[in-house]
Amino acid sequence: MLVLAVALPAVGALAVWGLRRRPEAHWIGAGAAGFGFAAVALLPVGRGSGAWFAADGELTGGWWHQVAIDWAPSLHLEFSLAVDGISWTLALLTALLGVLCCVHNAIGAERRAADLLGADRSASAPLQVPAGTFETGGPPQGPDRVLGLRTGDRASAPLQEPPATVETEGPSPAASRAGGVPAGRDPASGSLQEPPGSFATGGPFPAAAPVHGVPAGAAGDGPESTEWHSPVLTALLLAVQAASTLVFLADNLVLFFIAFEAVLLPMWAIIHRYGDPAARRRAAAKFALFTVAGSLLMATGLFAAVADTGTADLGAIILHGGVSGDASLLVFALLALGFAVKAPLWPLHSWLPDAHTAAPTVGSVLLAGVLLKLGTYGLIRVAGGLAPDGAAAAAPVLAVLAALGILVAGLVCLRLPEIKRLIAYSSVGHMGFVVLAFAAGTEAGIRAALFGNLAHGLVTPLLFFLAGALKARTHTGSLAALGGLRLAAPALAGLLGFAALASLGLPGLAGFWGEAFTVYAAAERGGAWLALAAAAAFGAFLAAAYLLRMLRHVSHGPVAPAALGIGDVSGAEAAVWAPLVAGTLLLGLVPGPLLDLFSEGLL
Amino acid sequence: MTAAWILIAAPAAAGLAGLLVRRRAAAAWLGYAGPAAALACAVAAATANPRTAVVLADFGTVRVWAALDLAPGACAVAVAAAAVSLLVQLYSAAYLRDDPRYAPFAAQVNLFCAAMLLVVAADDLVLLLIGWEVMGACSYLLIAHYATLPQAPGAAAKAFLVTRFGDVAFVLGVMVLGTAAGTFRISALTAVPEGAAAAAMLLILFGCIGKSAQFPLQIWLPPAMAGPTPVSALIHAATMVAAGAYVLTRLLPVWPPGLLLVVAVVAAVTMVGAGLCALAARDVKGVLAWSTVSQVGFMFAAVAVAAGDSALFHLVSHAAFKGLLFLTAGVVIALAGTDGSLARTRLRPGDSRLVFWAMTIGLAAMAGLPPLGGFYSKEAVLGAAYEAATPAGVVVFWAGTGASILTAAYAARLWLLLFWRGGSGEARPAVPRAESFSLWALTVATVAVGALYYAGPFEVPVLHLDLMALLLLATLGGFAITGDSWWRDRPGRRTGEPVGDRDPARVLGRAREAFAEGLYAERLAAKATVGLAAAASAAATALDVRLVDRTAVEGSARAALAAADGTAAGHRGGLVRYLRLSAAGTLVVAVVAIGVGLWT
Repeated sequence: MLVLAVALPAVGALAVWGLRRRPEAHWIGAGAAGFGFAAVALLPVGRGSGAWFAADGELTGGWWHQVAIDWAPSLHLEFSLAVDGISWTLALLTALLGVLCCVHNAIGAERRAADLLGADRSASAPLQVPAGTFETGGPPQGPDRVLGLRTGDRASAPLQEPPATVETEGPSPAASRAGGVPAGRDPASGSLQEPPGSFATGGPFPAAAPVHGVPAGAAGDGPESTEWHSPVLTALLLAVQAASTLVFLADNLVLFFIAFEAVLLPMWAIIHRYGDPAARRRAAAKFALFTVAGSLLMATGLFAAVADTGTADLGAIILHGGVSGDASLLVFALLALGFAVKAPLWPLHSWLPDAHTAAPTVGSVLLAGVLLKLGTYGLIRVAGGLAPDGAAAAAPVLAVLAALGILVAGLVCLRLPEIKRLIAYSSVGHMGFVVLAFAAGTEAGIRAALFGNLAHGLVTPLLFFLAGALKARTHTGSLAALGGLRLAAPALAGLLGFAALASLGLPGLAGFWGEAFTVYAAAERGGAWLALAAAAAFGAFLAAAYLLRMLRHVSHGPVAPAALGIGDVSGAEAAVWAPLVAGTLLLGLVPGPLLDLFSEGLL
Repeated sequence: MTAAWILIAAPAAAGLAGLLVRRRAAAAWLGYAGPAAALACAVAAATANPRTAVVLADFGTVRVWAALDLAPGACAVAVAAAAVSLLVQLYSAAYLRDDPRYAPFAAQVNLFCAAMLLVVAADDLVLLLIGWEVMGACSYLLIAHYATLPQAPGAAAKAFLVTRFGDVAFVLGVMVLGTAAGTFRISALTAVPEGAAAAAMLLILFGCIGKSAQFPLQIWLPPAMAGPTPVSALIHAATMVAAGAYVLTRLLPVWPPGLLLVVAVVAAVTMVGAGLCALAARDVKGVLAWSTVSQVGFMFAAVAVAAGDSALFHLVSHAAFKGLLFLTAGVVIALAGTDGSLARTRLRPGDSRLVFWAMTIGLAAMAGLPPLGGFYSKEAVLGAAYEAATPAGVVVFWAGTGASILTAAYAARLWLLLFWRGGSGEARPAVPRAESFSLWALTVATVAVGALYYAGPFEVPVLHLDLMALLLLATLGGFAITGDSWWRDRPGRRTGEPVGDRDPARVLGRAREAFAEGLYAERLAAKATVGLAAAASAAATALDVRLVDRTAVEGSARAALAAADGTAAGHRGGLVRYLRLSAAGTLVVAVVAIGVGLWT
């Protein structure tokens, strides 16, 4: 089941990409994501059958399940997966968002196809021109140039891809022996290599772009129209889902690093290829460079830990109390730097607003819901687990930065003029809460951090979905140009209000528990930490201020010209958003079971 | 005793379901069913006084309990809150008969009611906090109800933000209390260290000041009148504004006695200041809004002398007469067909006998005329202050006496201005039956609530004859002030002068304008906050965008590019340049190597 959870989306990614010309490709992708979700959801079945560890003479809990397959022992590399309450919830969130994004994509593509078929041909004809260019592999022009990929092998690209994939397996040579994947294709069964490989050769894209997803308005009649809903986007989403699930489930530090890096490439491609045309290249480059710089530091820290302990088994190192005292602070600092970029912790956050703003809706959803969680998960489990002494020593620095991040993000949000950028910046504040709670280091703090982490993964994706729907309808994200949504589309406005209330930490909704008990954890430490607790509480007030400002601009007032005559929430959209709304309510009203899961987790 | 949860679950479920309902009839039935079930449950709980507790969230070092404690006092408040909510639902079904957004309105009233009942019943501070803030969020939604009213969104945001600003302190206080006591259970908060208790209670007091619109956070309440009148009744009568005083009574055992003087000062300033503002206010709902602030000040005064039951008694009787006054005011404004400004709203007593008597009884109760409920509860508060031989008691006793004079004065002013200037004489539409039912019910409650003094759940001081005399004198003095001004300005007395403004607020003289504007506090605060927020936000943006992003991040990218260019140029240059670079490089490496060698 563990392996299936990773393999199903990976295979799905390959299948969708292979079948990208077929109309049902989207639904194959959604199905693969759905099966992946089911595999993750079934993980608690038979839990406790995994190994239980004794530490300090006490049974402190352990993995639910474990799988280990030798891969490259000389490199300490082992395909070893394990799951417990902490990683399972995050993997489940990842799988859920993966399904929702794929379904969103599929629905969007169908609607566009229907629109185009129904609309008069003359209107859609110009849009088809670039598509034709792509399919014939003609000279690069128009959007094609934006790819910035090598154009030499374009003409023969579709033929070349399988070999290309094999060639680019360099960075992680043994991926093909990953074992767990029962797929028939021998060279590329590792979940990670396929999409990155494809990118490096530039093969699939030119051919893939136009296929079924009808590149409506690719020539650019509005920022949102470049969301192509192409099957390749679905394939990339599945690749992100597979790699992120692998990060959460990895029990081997080297494998963890490989998976961590593998998330980056499809995400880069999503932003670079399908983002807002004005900003996507720059944002994607910034995102990639920033994150790579961070993960190189993280890799150094990981290898230092491996060298110090002589094993790369994450669970074993955690149970033995981490690395030895001397190396602890160094290891933690290196790891924390790497994860702080991803989380992101102020002041290492500046890639995030650009990336979120430029990314397509599904990209933003995955960025907020999954990628940021990689950073916090790494910080809490890997950095905190490998070097608990170092974490304790560095806690004040982390806490002060986190509190500063909460305040600065809140203040910046008060004057941001664009809705997606505002939501993106609010993530910096929310992640500040998570890091602050982790830095406080008390039992309540860790649980609050994990809870806040998960809650943010439900609420912010919902906000991004809503903002995406809003932008698609009104063709603008500028707060000044919006207004009267409450009259124009009451259900959409209602949902936006709900998401905003959840995001500002309204008690009874998911966001509350993490943020309130961050304050508690900081207060628990006493002394100067009380000031940080006050800063966090004030940050929650700022969150209310900027979200109400957003609602006032978007929902209230007379109907703005841009919002005139827009459609309200469709049934399909409601179906995609409903799980997030339900999850937000459920976590808010019944936080107990989730906290119990965390309490038996391995930290 | 998990059945006690029906009290909160019924209106909450009805509210959540109501959000999904589009049809008006279904929304209305859900609207009635929620508070009705809660009312039945609250009445039943008054006999059983159930307590229940299960763990809601386990944070390792501390647990949050889903714990309810329906003590007799809490039950009385719960009955009042549920009853007012039910009457407001009945009333608003008629009041908003032409409003297309009635369905979400009814649902939000239900959620609001559930949140208030949670605050009343909760035995755990975090659980209480849930109700506390959900109530704030619902008030935001309800005040912003009128989509076409330009000031509604701003007023709603102001209400939410000011109370949320208080909540910053409230949350901190709750968390400090929790860390000091190791639990959030209100019934278990016994052994709290003095220092932590003092800090926590001052923080919680600030939160309650925000919620109850006391000085200095009273600024949100007057603009909140932009909401529909039933919402004003709901917020002011038995729920949100009273919640602050209620929470303080629950936490009275934790208060360090010396610090109660702070509460006394807050209560004294608020009672008198808000009374003056009410005397000068320019519209019907404005008078009632300021009077609420002043009356909640009486509840704070009772808290300041550690008389929790007196505070609750005044809360319940205030719920009856203020609910009545607001609902009647809605009918008055509708009958007069104005926007509610006192200059234009005028009726004759004969226009609607029900409205006239409802208003009269409500105002008399507020002024404290026996045997109405307001008389007994005010007597209970001042009696407790009289008996408490503390500095706090002295402060609130005299401030309360002064505020009683003012109460009588502004009640009489409102009554005279509304009914005795002669109406326009047009035919008035009949009052809808649902609205008149609510008025009848609240009128009866206002008259009867005094009975709680003799047979109620509250332990209140016995009636002091001298105090009663003083209170009656104060009330009559207030009437006299207003009546004197009214009599002097009667038409025809000064011949030749046009009979215009007979407003008794003239007694305030030059300060009248300032009081009518709430001493400009709202405008000043708005300006200061907006300016401060703009400056801080600009500074943060500059820090974030200029320094972090442009300089540090992109600067490092530029530096890398420049270094790359430099290195490339070095390699491309002539042999001499290359040699020079090599020599310099070797030298640097050598120095570093020697340095490292010496150091180790």
